Amino acid sequence: MKRRGIKKLILPGAVVAAILLIAIAAPLLPLPDPIRQDVARRLAGPMPGSWLGRDEFGRDVLSRLVWGARTSLSVAFVSALFAGLVGITLGLIGGWARSWGAFLTVRSVEIIMCFPPVLLALLVVTLLGPGAGTLILVLSVLYVPGFARVTYAEVLAVKGRDYVEATRALGATQSHLLFRTVLPNIAGPLLVQFSLAVAAAVVIESGLSFLGLGVVPPAPSWGLMIRGARSTMEQAPLLLLWPCAVLTLTILAMNLLCDALRDVLDPRTSER
Amino acid sequence: MSAGWLGRRLFLTLAMAWIVATIVFLALHMVPGDPAELLLSTSGAMPDPATVQELREKLGLDQPLMVQYGRFLAGLARGDLGTSLVDDYPVIQEIALRLPRTLELILAGTLIALVVGVPAGVYAAVHRGGAFDRVASWITALLLAVPVFVVGTLLVLLFAQTLRLMPAGGFTPFAQDPGQHLKLLALPAIAIAKGLAAVLFRMTRAATLDALAHDYVRTARAKGLSPRRTLVVHVLRNALNPVVTVLGLQMGTLLGGTVLVEYVFNWPGLSTPLLRAVEGRDYPMVVGIILTISVLFLLINLLVELLHAAIDPRVQHG
Repeated sequence: MKRRGIKKLILPGAVVAAILLIAIAAPLLPLPDPIRQDVARRLAGPMPGSWLGRDEFGRDVLSRLVWGARTSLSVAFVSALFAGLVGITLGLIGGWARSWGAFLTVRSVEIIMCFPPVLLALLVVTLLGPGAGTLILVLSVLYVPGFARVTYAEVLAVKGRDYVEATRALGATQSHLLFRTVLPNIAGPLLVQFSLAVAAAVVIESGLSFLGLGVVPPAPSWGLMIRGARSTMEQAPLLLLWPCAVLTLTILAMNLLCDALRDVLDPRTSER
Repeated sequence: MSAGWLGRRLFLTLAMAWIVATIVFLALHMVPGDPAELLLSTSGAMPDPATVQELREKLGLDQPLMVQYGRFLAGLARGDLGTSLVDDYPVIQEIALRLPRTLELILAGTLIALVVGVPAGVYAAVHRGGAFDRVASWITALLLAVPVFVVGTLLVLLFAQTLRLMPAGGFTPFAQDPGQHLKLLALPAIAIAKGLAAVLFRMTRAATLDALAHDYVRTARAKGLSPRRTLVVHVLRNALNPVVTVLGLQMGTLLGGTVLVEYVFNWPGLSTPLLRAVEGRDYPMVVGIILTISVLFLLINLLVELLHAAIDPRVQHG
């Protein structure tokens, strides 16, 4: 591990950790209800108890930003987790079984990559209707091929190594070899893949919510906030800028964290 | 380009288009429950049985699955994508009207990204570690982080609402007023180009650095070739390949981004009827548009591979 790589992890890591903490702690924070409307104070400016003002329905903006983080991140994490479970399993099977196994597992899920991601998502939304459940399903499906591919490639690379042969010679079972010997040794690139999937999922979730086809109102979501603030951007441009800034900062921190993680954990693909 | 290689590529693209069509066809049947009921139940209320039966017959859902599949493929071969559930308008006509506008946007965005990203990447690589390189790297990281609809919305806020330099969105046919047409095209095209430009910048920079480190560059310089000529003839030719690959890889994101950008700027491409159809569960329209864009995606990737082979003959034998 390179010293420089570790140093690069600190700042984006701290930002992502802070955002995660705020999202997790949202119910404990002294914030107004993010969906309670107060029409008398619609588009009100900053005031004590409501530091970023009120939105077009008089809902507290800061509270919606915080609860929006909770929505976006939980959808993204759960989807990346599901995608990881399925994709890694398929990749392990494919890498271990070779030829036919690989064809049935890794190559078959790659079909998903024939579709532009947003369009596949829209197809599923048509069938199942919008909502957090649909989002999680779609995003999981979208990132399965990525996990399957990386796992497959890593298994192939690791499989013939001496320590795997040695463990096999010691009489280890297939499942012991696969889950106890191979999997821990390829955990680095898989973690990188996980962070990439979470970052990408946040982008697509916000995009679909922006189109009104993701998170269902009145639930708070950054995409929905940007959608709502568009109609009042002339009177209240800040209402638009806040969710844009928070969303961009989150994705920026996540991207930088992914790059740094890759440098540290996946030495083969890191830049020279 | 050898005919055999070209034939294999064409066949592969066709096979993938067939798989994509099959998945889109099966999607409706993979959802548990009755498809006709599903499409009609918008607000959770049970739809009227007579209406369900009518829709079932209209979509041919009362036929065996294989018959439906056969009809679907036969329809595709004839260029018949069915009619909208909302107004019985032929889906293919809606697509024929709007696809050129979406293509124009994609083309304009790609051109802007190429014109900005590639030269900037080469310059940053040649002056590695300089002020431009560092600033551009930060801008790139930022551009990659801002979602495309945020860029679009902020462009509207800045140029249309605040500075009042540009219209907020809309469309004027080129034949009617070329100037206004291009003016309306500019902001959405820039919004679409932002991500691709950033990726192209990064890839060009990395590939140029990589090529610069090779022995043949030193040889070229040693035999007295000017730095400019070395760069153009030896470095760029070799750096171009990964750049073209990335162009293909990014097209999926770009096509998805088009849907969002067209929505932000009211650009009357395929996005408007697609989103309306998704909301109204107008299944034939959704299928038609998604198939069109997915096939476009496959064709662009085919084009990228042909380009690849033209630049680097080794590709065909790899």
